[in-house]
This record gives sequence, structure tokens and C-alpha cells, in this order.
Amino acid sequence: MKRRKVIAAAFAAAAMIVAAACGSDDAADEEVTEETEATEETMAPAEDYSMVKAAVVYIGVPGDAGWTYQHDQGIAYLEEQLGIEVTRLENIPEGAESVATFDKLARDGYNLIMGTSFGYMDPMLEVAAKYPDVCFQHASGYKTAENMGNYFGAMEEARYLSGIAAGAATTSGKLGYVAAFPIPEVLRGINAFTLGVRSVNPTATVQVAWTSTWFDPAKEKEAAQSLLATGADVIAQHQDTTAPGEAAKEAGAKWVGYNSDTKAGDFPDTWLTGPVWNWGPHYVKMAKDVAAGTCDATPYYGNMADGMITLGVYGSGVSQETQDLIAEKAAAIIDGSFLPFTGPIKDNEGNEQIASGASASLGDLLGQSYLVEGVIGSAKG
Amino acid sequence: MNSNIWLLTFADAISIATTLILASLGAILTERSGVINLGVEGMLLMGAVTGFVVADSSGNLWLALLVSVLVGVVLSAVHAALTIGLRANQIVSGLAMVIFGTGLSQFIGKPVEGLPRPVIIRPLNFGALSDIPILGPVVFGHDLFTYLTWLLAAGLSFYLHRTRPGLLLRATGDAPATVDAQGGSVARIRWMHVIAGGALMSFAGAWYMFARAAAWSQAATTNGIGWIALALVVFASWRPLRAIGGAVLFGFTLQVPFTLQAEQISILPPTIVAMFPYLVTLAVLVALSTPRARRLLGAPKLLGQPFVRDER
Repeated sequence: MKRRKVIAAAFAAAAMIVAAACGSDDAADEEVTEETEATEETMAPAEDYSMVKAAVVYIGVPGDAGWTYQHDQGIAYLEEQLGIEVTRLENIPEGAESVATFDKLARDGYNLIMGTSFGYMDPMLEVAAKYPDVCFQHASGYKTAENMGNYFGAMEEARYLSGIAAGAATTSGKLGYVAAFPIPEVLRGINAFTLGVRSVNPTATVQVAWTSTWFDPAKEKEAAQSLLATGADVIAQHQDTTAPGEAAKEAGAKWVGYNSDTKAGDFPDTWLTGPVWNWGPHYVKMAKDVAAGTCDATPYYGNMADGMITLGVYGSGVSQETQDLIAEKAAAIIDGSFLPFTGPIKDNEGNEQIASGASASLGDLLGQSYLVEGVIGSAKG
Repeated sequence: MNSNIWLLTFADAISIATTLILASLGAILTERSGVINLGVEGMLLMGAVTGFVVADSSGNLWLALLVSVLVGVVLSAVHAALTIGLRANQIVSGLAMVIFGTGLSQFIGKPVEGLPRPVIIRPLNFGALSDIPILGPVVFGHDLFTYLTWLLAAGLSFYLHRTRPGLLLRATGDAPATVDAQGGSVARIRWMHVIAGGALMSFAGAWYMFARAAAWSQAATTNGIGWIALALVVFASWRPLRAIGGAVLFGFTLQVPFTLQAEQISILPPTIVAMFPYLVTLAVLVALSTPRARRLLGAPKLLGQPFVRDER
């Protein structure tokens, strides 16, 4: 039913564009030519990118309304911009099976192969060495090769901002965070969120539950339930699905999502906000590089300034005052005058990690292996 | 120590036990007739996914439950046809059911993967009773089907041990030749109970989908609960009422990893703790795998052996 509606809406939109284009015939000649040019640029690409044979490997499915969904939006953007079709493989486990998958894609003649899960890093590296003419791109890792790049972004910026919304919303002063694996990416996210929470609510605590999975709605939900049982009234997450939100909704608690805000409307009283990825423009760049005969192997770390990271829509639980505060901080993050990881920052075992006045370098951030003060939980999982 | 969270964990264990009880009651009925159906996991998944798909298109919980029961009937009829009709190896047929059920459920579930549940089975509202300390969440915090499942276990216990058809059923598992000599139809009794058992297993999957899971997500939906249910049958020594206690125990091991984390008890990494239910399953099955142990427990004597008239 929903799908049909979307298709109908798409048709309606297409019809409107056509109508608008026809309507402009009556306008001045100059305008007409300008518009036709613009339309041509977006509808039919000026250059031919058909030599780009791209494939993307997903850990989950676009239906997760989260991590994979958001990548899939980016891939769809790429297809639309360059007029090519991208092969999508879903539900590919990390490890040996992904080696076989990458290998098969390379043998099948794909020249741009993307993988969107942390655990694809070593498998991809292994396969990339065998196929020097194929361009590999890995999301969220840290290893690269001549023909393998990686792309990721400073999600901690938006996590910090979402922490402000959460810190303002909690009444119990206890927040819960459903997290996948104790790797730097996740630890950094928990830390940034906690710093954001405590910037408005200095005594609040954030308790972590490790699920040991990126994508498992049942486990994610159970973890959130255990946090709610300890008295948490806001749930945040580093997971691929909206299951922690389900648990929060059932318990009447608030929820900070992740990856995407596409389902915010299903959680009218629960949804606060959520850090969101915008992968599309970078996918377009990768494909254009391949079309130009190169493979960009420099690690790409997007941020709020370049638009790869954004903060999603606000729910009803975020006051105008809080929204203004967040907007102010966001502007400072974007113009570089504010860095969330600025000292003094202590870890939750009492050791000083970032000295007063200093701020963490990108290298430090990428290797972060501690949890900041205010987090209840172990950085070792 | 936060006693509230342990209480909630226990209440949760009782809730999740519903799936385990239903599935193991199904397996008990099946096995009491002398047929072993290892395909529980596949049946759970098929019940869950068909229920979800029907509910997604119709929005009707009852229709969804009915369809998933029918799916269980059809799948177990295939198992019955293979093992009773054609006297195929029951272990192989059961494992085939797991693989078939897993694959087919993934195929059917593809379009709805990750979507929120169209209907949800919610706990009954007992009003003030739910606010009683301890008893409230533990006894009065569940949905209709959890209570019906307890009644069903009691009913099946009565059926097995106190009625004539129940006696015939037990005899069919222990000494089919005797039943045959008395004029009973071994094949008919086995067919009926394999199918009834399959319907229960499939229903267990549908209940889990609508009451506990957050979304349909491939094989991750049931997380191996079907295998735990099989171990539970042995653990309960093929007695319906004992399955309740065992199911709560296994349910507790399923819930406890997150509780330990929430309670800051980190003797073992959470990944190791998460293995508990499966380790207990393995341990139970290994400990009870010797013929002597099985006899002591009261396993159906000719479990797993096709009946051929005149062979014994």
C-alpha cells in the first residue's frame, strides 16, 4: 500500500515537472533555453558514465530505516545523477562470505565496488590486492590501498548536538545508549553524545548496553528495554534499525535515533532527533573518479561543514530554546570555532585524556578507546 | 543492586518463555508419537514471516495467526508425508525443514524486512492488579496468549496422562506394534500429532513476531529459539507441565546478558554471557544423549524409528 503511494507520488511529481517544463514554453525565449539546459543537466547527464560498473555490498537491507537505508538513498542519488545502475547486494555477512562476494564482483567486471560495513575492511583489502584495476571503496574503516579508498565522517559532531537535545529532555538524569561494538567509531559517538548531554545537564549519566551486533532488531530492542528498566528516560543508539525506538515508545520514553530520520513520523511523541548521514554527493564523486580513470584512495572524512553529516528533524519533545542552542552550536561546529572534543576531558576511570584547552586531533579521534566521564559502562564491551 | 531490574528480567523471562513453551509443546506432541521433527526453527521462522506478511496486508491479527497456523500444518504435513508415509529418515527430513523454512522465510520476508510490526500483541490490562509489587509484573504483566499457553500445557498434560487418546499416543511412541496389534492406526495417530505439533510451532513463531520482535529481520528474528525448544523437550522429559519451568529458566538465560550489563556486573564479556542459553542447550543435549539417560527420563522408546508392520 505504502509503496504504491510512493510510486503514485513519484508519477505525480514527474507529471508536474513535465507540466512545468511545457508551461515554460510561453515564457521568454531566453528563460526557456536556460531551463531546458538545466533540465538536461539533471535529467540526462551531459557526460556518459556507462563505463562505470558499480556495485555496493550491504550488511543489512535498505528496509532497516537506518544505516543501510541511508546508504541506499545515497546510491539512488548516484544513479539519478549519473544515469547509471548500481548493483546492490544485501545481507552479506562480514568475514569469509564477504571475501567471496567482493571477489565475485571483481571477476564479474565491476570497476567500482563499495562496501558499507566496518568488518568488510580486511576482506576488501585482501580482494583489492588481487584486482589492481578495480576501484574499491570502504565505508567506516581505516585501511586503504592503491586501489582502495575509505569514506566516513565526523558523526561525533551531530552526536554532540543530539546529546544537547537528549540532555534537555531527560527528567531522571539517566540516559541509555544501545551500542553495537566497542570500537573507536562507536566509543567516539557515545563520548560526543555524553559531552553534549552534560553540556546542558552536568550531572546526567549515560549507561551503555553492548549488543555485539549492528543489525538485529530483537537484540537491539531487548538492550534498550534493559536500559529503560534501570530508569533511563531517553534512549540513544549506535545500531542500524529503529528497534531501540520501539522499546522507548512502548515504555513512554524519548528516543534519539541514528542514521536516518525517515521514520521519525512513526514515533510522534518519542522521537527527539537523530544524527543523519548524507552519502549521495560522495558516491557521485567516487563514480566520477572512476569514469576519469582514477581511484581516490585518500581517506575521506566528511563533516557537517561539507554536508555529509546533518542533524535530523526535531520531534515535539525538543523546545524552541533547545533548538536555538543547538543551532548556535551547529554554526560554531561548521565554522570551526567549536570542537566537541576540547579539554579538559576525563575518562570514566578518572584519567585525564584531553588536557584543558587542548583538543583531540583527528588521529586521536579515530583511535579513541575510552569512555568519557559520565558514561556508565566499559570501553572494552 | 537494583531489585527492580531483576524483577523485570524475570517477568520478561516468563513472557519470552511463551514461545519456548508453545514450540516445545508442539515438539512434545510430535515426539510422543514417535516422530522427531528437528525443523522447529524453520517452522518458527515460517510462522513469524507469514504472520507478518498477512498482518501487513490485512492489518488483522487473527487472520495473521490463522494463516501462520495453517502454514505450520502444511509444513509439518510435508514432514509427516516424508517420514510416516515414505518412511524417510526423520533427522534428515527435519534438518531439511530448517533449511527450507529459513530460506523460504527470507524470500517471503524480503519486501517487509525492517518494517514496523503492523499489529502488536500487547499485555492485558488488569488495572490495579498490575501495580501489586512483584506479583504485578510477574503474574499480571502478560498478554492473552501467555495465559492460554499455560492452560494449554495443563490441558495437554491431562490429555497425555489421563485420557484414552493420550494413552494411545504414548503407546504409539513406545510400542507402535502393540497399538497396531490392538487395531489402532499408528500412521493416523502419528499424522495427527505431527500436524498438531507443527501448528503449535508455527504459532509460536507468529506470537514471537507480534509480541516480542521489533521487526522482521531474516534469520535473526528467532535467534535459534527453535533449537532451544528442542533441548527443552528433553529437559522437560517429554512432559508438558515441566516445559513451563524449563522455558522460564531458558528465557531467563536469554534475558540475563543485558541485565548483567545494566547492573554493571562484568565478570565475563557480554559476548560470552550471550552464549549462555546455547551453551545450556548443548550441555543438556550432551548430558542426555546416552540411551540410558533417555530411558530414565522417559523418552518415547521408539522415537525416530519409522513403523513398518511385521518388522517387529
